[in-house]
Amino acid sequence: MASLALEEHDGLTRIALAGRLDAYSVGPLWRAARSALDHHAQQRLIVDCSRVEYCDGAGVALLLDMLRQPRPAGAEVRVEGLAERFRRLLEQFDPKSLAPAPVEAPRVGLVEQVGRAGAQVGADLRELVAFLGEAVAALAYAVRHPRVLRWRDIFYVAEEAGVNALPIVALVSFLLGVILAFQSAVAMKQFGAEIFVANLLALSILRELGPLMTAILLAGRSGAAFAAEIGTMKVNQEIDALTTMGLDPVKFLVVTRVLAATAMILPLTVLANLIALVGGALVMLTFEIPIATYYKQAVSFATLADFFGGLAKALVFGVLIAGIGCLRGLQTGTGASAVGIAATSAVVSGIVLIVFVDGVFAVVFYYLGI
Amino acid sequence: MSSEVAIRVEALRTGFGDFIVHENVSFEVARGEVFAVLGGSGCGKTVLLKHMIGLYRPLAGKVSIFGADLTAAAGEARLAILKRFGVMYQLGALFGNMTLAENIRLPLEEYTDLPDEAMDLIAETKLRLVNLGGAGQRTPAEISGGMMKRAAIARAMALDPDIIFLDEPSGGLDPVTSAELDQLILRLARSLGITFVVITHELPSIFAIADRCIMLDKRVKGIIAEGRPAELRDHSPDPRVRRFFNREPEPEPALA
Repeated sequence: MASLALEEHDGLTRIALAGRLDAYSVGPLWRAARSALDHHAQQRLIVDCSRVEYCDGAGVALLLDMLRQPRPAGAEVRVEGLAERFRRLLEQFDPKSLAPAPVEAPRVGLVEQVGRAGAQVGADLRELVAFLGEAVAALAYAVRHPRVLRWRDIFYVAEEAGVNALPIVALVSFLLGVILAFQSAVAMKQFGAEIFVANLLALSILRELGPLMTAILLAGRSGAAFAAEIGTMKVNQEIDALTTMGLDPVKFLVVTRVLAATAMILPLTVLANLIALVGGALVMLTFEIPIATYYKQAVSFATLADFFGGLAKALVFGVLIAGIGCLRGLQTGTGASAVGIAATSAVVSGIVLIVFVDGVFAVVFYYLGI
Repeated sequence: MSSEVAIRVEALRTGFGDFIVHENVSFEVARGEVFAVLGGSGCGKTVLLKHMIGLYRPLAGKVSIFGADLTAAAGEARLAILKRFGVMYQLGALFGNMTLAENIRLPLEEYTDLPDEAMDLIAETKLRLVNLGGAGQRTPAEISGGMMKRAAIARAMALDPDIIFLDEPSGGLDPVTSAELDQLILRLARSLGITFVVITHELPSIFAIADRCIMLDKRVKGIIAEGRPAELRDHSPDPRVRRFFNREPEPEPALA
């Protein structure tokens, strides 16, 4: 164990250190050493190390900490009696160059913060638009030259993003239909209007909730997956490898994913619509509305425009989710945490884009009278 | 060895924002030679490589590959230049979702009309060249670091390029594997006449393979020596260069 004692000798103050100075014993001494220095701020101090048996990196740090404190002239700290082998460790470092930097947090005003954030959003939007243009050009090229597409990759992504998403999409949309039907049926029963639950479900699910839920699930599953996958490729220099092979990463990686995800979101949305309506129908059975009645009511109310309008939205959502996932992947910085950030950002921006575009659709549909 | 110039770097100035990495760097690599780029950590070897292969745009100066300016080229012209070289990246950068054979087939699929079995055969021959015959169906996750680097060289050779760039081929390898890799590079250079540009700081490897080398330095932001490795070790007037080749630490700066 190590110890620290203050000794007064002939008007000189000595800080006597003794024992083993290592990472386990230095901790308690650190504060004592500092306060001894502060108490004798105007006096010359000698750190007596003649009884130090052992001194490793942590011990050297303790000594350096005492030596580096700024002190007035005539009140220097000196280390004495340190064994030669430890002294050599200490002399590797210049205490003055280790002096603690004055803590001065860069002050950023509110206006500057807002400005910076605004500029950041602007730059991000610009990049998004540029990327969208690039991706659309690549997509258009691919559509005109379907032979250049890597169909195997497309089928693989389609299976991952589409087929493997079936269970979760089915489960979520079934529950959505059940909950929506139950909540509204309880309220409508008071007016004896349970039959109109079919109208409510048909309209809200076909136009809004079916495509929206499917898109959000796609963003959470596949948008994040695309970002993480492409981000890891970036970190592993695989994107560089593609570039120097003359293969454009946008054409090579983005087009396959956007095509596959967009192709898959349509059947997924149709399935989500269907299962949600079935879920609603089952609930209505308990309210003594037979399935045939429910079906008739729903079909007579909802139009094909509602159904296809919803699908059109889903199509756009699919392009956006896959696109933003790939963009975030390509923007990945270096290191493992960058991949995590890319995946998070893909989901967040994906959902924000979905909600924003959904609003735009609502306005457009309103003016088109759909 | 002919004296045709494979790569010409002229007055290259590189950096990121205000941070300059290289200032006025010029050199030439002759066709068929094994050319090493040396220097301590942080002197910008990899940054220089990324400019030579067109991943980064220089702030000034230019890089030409067989007389064609890579920095200015775009579209088809750029593609034509890119096809003349292959790159082995520091981490291999093999595509993780493909087998080794598929990795090698990729450039062939994209750029040629070869029938399937021809591509399979070419992939297998490339793998044999790097002593990985029969490993074509394995994925990068299933093989060791040394195999990964060799497979990456095989992929770099897929289109039989005139130049191959190697970024730290022996980094992280055991001495035996590293020596095998050196022999492979020499064999390919001598028998196929491929020009190699090797980024490295492994001394044994440098003496074993390099015909000529340049040495970069962080402080001067450029080249401090150019020539044959053995000559630089023995006769360089620059103490920094002799220290590098003789594995000596820098003299300690006097304590303030």
